[in-house]
Amino acid sequence: MGLAEAIILAVVTASTPLLLAAAGELVVERAGVLNLGVEGMMIMGAACGFAGAYLTGSTLIGALCGIAAGMALSAIFALLTLGLAVNQVATGLALTILGIGLSGLIGAGFVGEKIVPAPQLHLPLLSNLPFAGRILFAQDAFVYLSLALIAAMWWFIYRTRWGLVLRAVGDNHASAHALGYPVLTIRTCAVLFGGACAGLGGAYLPLAYTPFFIPGMTAGRGWIALALVVFASWLPGRLVWGAYLFGAVSILQLHAQGAGLGIPSQLMSALPYLATIMVLVVISRARGSARSAAPASLGMVFVPDR
Amino acid sequence: MDMRNPIFMVVATAAAAALAAGTNVPRAIAQGKLKVGFVYLGPVGDFGWTYQHEVGRQLLVKELGSKVETTYLENVNEGPDSERAIEQLARSGHKLIFTTSFGYMDPTMKVAKKYPNVFFEHNTGYKRDKNVATYSARFYEGRHIQGKIAAKMSKVGVLGYIGSFPIPEVISGINSTILGAQSINQDIKVKIIWVNSWFDPGKEADAAKALLDQGADVIMQHTDSPAAMQIAEARKAFAFGQDSDMIKFGPNAQLTAIVNNWGPYYVERVQAVLDNKWTSGDVWGGLKSKMLLMAPYTNMPDEVKKLAMDAEAAIAAGTLHPFNCPVIDQAGKPVECKGGTHLDDGQILGMNFYVAGIDDKIPGK
Repeated sequence: MGLAEAIILAVVTASTPLLLAAAGELVVERAGVLNLGVEGMMIMGAACGFAGAYLTGSTLIGALCGIAAGMALSAIFALLTLGLAVNQVATGLALTILGIGLSGLIGAGFVGEKIVPAPQLHLPLLSNLPFAGRILFAQDAFVYLSLALIAAMWWFIYRTRWGLVLRAVGDNHASAHALGYPVLTIRTCAVLFGGACAGLGGAYLPLAYTPFFIPGMTAGRGWIALALVVFASWLPGRLVWGAYLFGAVSILQLHAQGAGLGIPSQLMSALPYLATIMVLVVISRARGSARSAAPASLGMVFVPDR
Repeated sequence: MDMRNPIFMVVATAAAAALAAGTNVPRAIAQGKLKVGFVYLGPVGDFGWTYQHEVGRQLLVKELGSKVETTYLENVNEGPDSERAIEQLARSGHKLIFTTSFGYMDPTMKVAKKYPNVFFEHNTGYKRDKNVATYSARFYEGRHIQGKIAAKMSKVGVLGYIGSFPIPEVISGINSTILGAQSINQDIKVKIIWVNSWFDPGKEADAAKALLDQGADVIMQHTDSPAAMQIAEARKAFAFGQDSDMIKFGPNAQLTAIVNNWGPYYVERVQAVLDNKWTSGDVWGGLKSKMLLMAPYTNMPDEVKKLAMDAEAAIAAGTLHPFNCPVIDQAGKPVECKGGTHLDDGQILGMNFYVAGIDDKIPGK
């Protein structure tokens, strides 16, 4: 296996949890809700996903447990911010802290155990092709799922009626409400979907990436997913590029060190965040271009009829 | 309500008395056992650094459980938050506090100044005070043995090293490894990746993959999770466990591991406090004092095992020193030999250069 092939394989697996979590967060933010609890939901997904897989021996059940855990935590978020109109930023941060602590508690009994990692799917002849074969056709199920998810998301947001309604709710919840759409219901569904994706993204880490559980194993990937949504200007297509770019930077900086290139590793680790800041500056200044602006009602509390 | 109302005065006096009594109660109860506190960097289940400290603490409880009561705080980040954690232990009646990571050094010194009657033991640091002692293990001794084994087991002569932070302890570990390897194979090469964390399983796994992809076939690490061992196992390479025996994660990959053995030291220090004989000092134990143990040598041919065991015995007996002079630095000049036949402790503790044979540069220099 050549070096380039190995690097690309590593990049794909490193980018997948980011892509999964960011995809869900994109839908949530498009609906106008700012969910900063992604890190907490990811790590809850990791703890419960590992627990499920370890106790039943099945990666699928582990993934479902991870999804359920993410959804449960995001249900709390929905209850607080949509049901009780609490400030979204504060709630999201509080849920991150809760998720990190709770996952440590749940996972404490499982530390030191290991499971069989998620199998790689092989398509009979195609995965034997040189170079492209392994990269395109021999990944584990999560990778294909993440790409299918993005495709489905794109189609839903831009090609269906309810996707249009979602965008409307995110851009101007008062008008959507006036038109009779159930704003809070739509936002709740979006938040639950976001939690499910974050949980799945978190579950990917102990199920396929490093097949054991240790408290804190997400190591800030939830925050990178949040930055990713902004970096992608809330567009699904750019999200894929962004996720793979961020993944590539994190892998390449390790290779650069191993090859003795002398680039400071701290700078490379900071690159995704620096890039996000630059993108924020650019889109803030380009006020005229409507397509690259954030959903106008992002983060604003909506209370009907008051 | 009129302040001179008798009912009000009775209620107020009763409340004040209750408050005063309440604050006295905790101190009276604490008079019994000696309270010993532990501040851990990671989770006790990390199967690495913190796990071994926890094993030490459990030995302490087993041996002196009738006389001591232990508390531990885990997942305490190095930096400002650690000061709060250490102070919390000092304030709540703990007389001896072990702070188990390099980054707790300055916070420990600060809290020690505020609580002169509390004894502190800082692990792997170099600042001491009247009530602050330091202790560490000579990890470089174990790494020297690992270097020899690695050079024997590597088919391509390229080692992969996952470093945490470029501090002297890690750098002396790298140098000791390479010097050990060079005693077997003069042309051994090493690739070093810094993950800037003691503990980040995802990044450690990525670093291990990158090292293996770039041609290394033996992985060494100075980070605390078993992620790299798992990658080595999956890719059929060799690796060394760090802090604990990681054979469970790498049954075919682990050659040996450096196992920290803090228990006997903890028992000794607590006994000193109980006997009122505790004084500040520096303890740097190695293979000889069994502060450091080597996990069983596995997955290697018998002649390599014998080589390793002989080296271990020689280091413990003092006949082999990992930093025997002359030690040549990257510029090709021999380093000043302050310890007679080998570098002295001060030089090893402050090591900030690579030895010849390492092609990389220390980050930040």
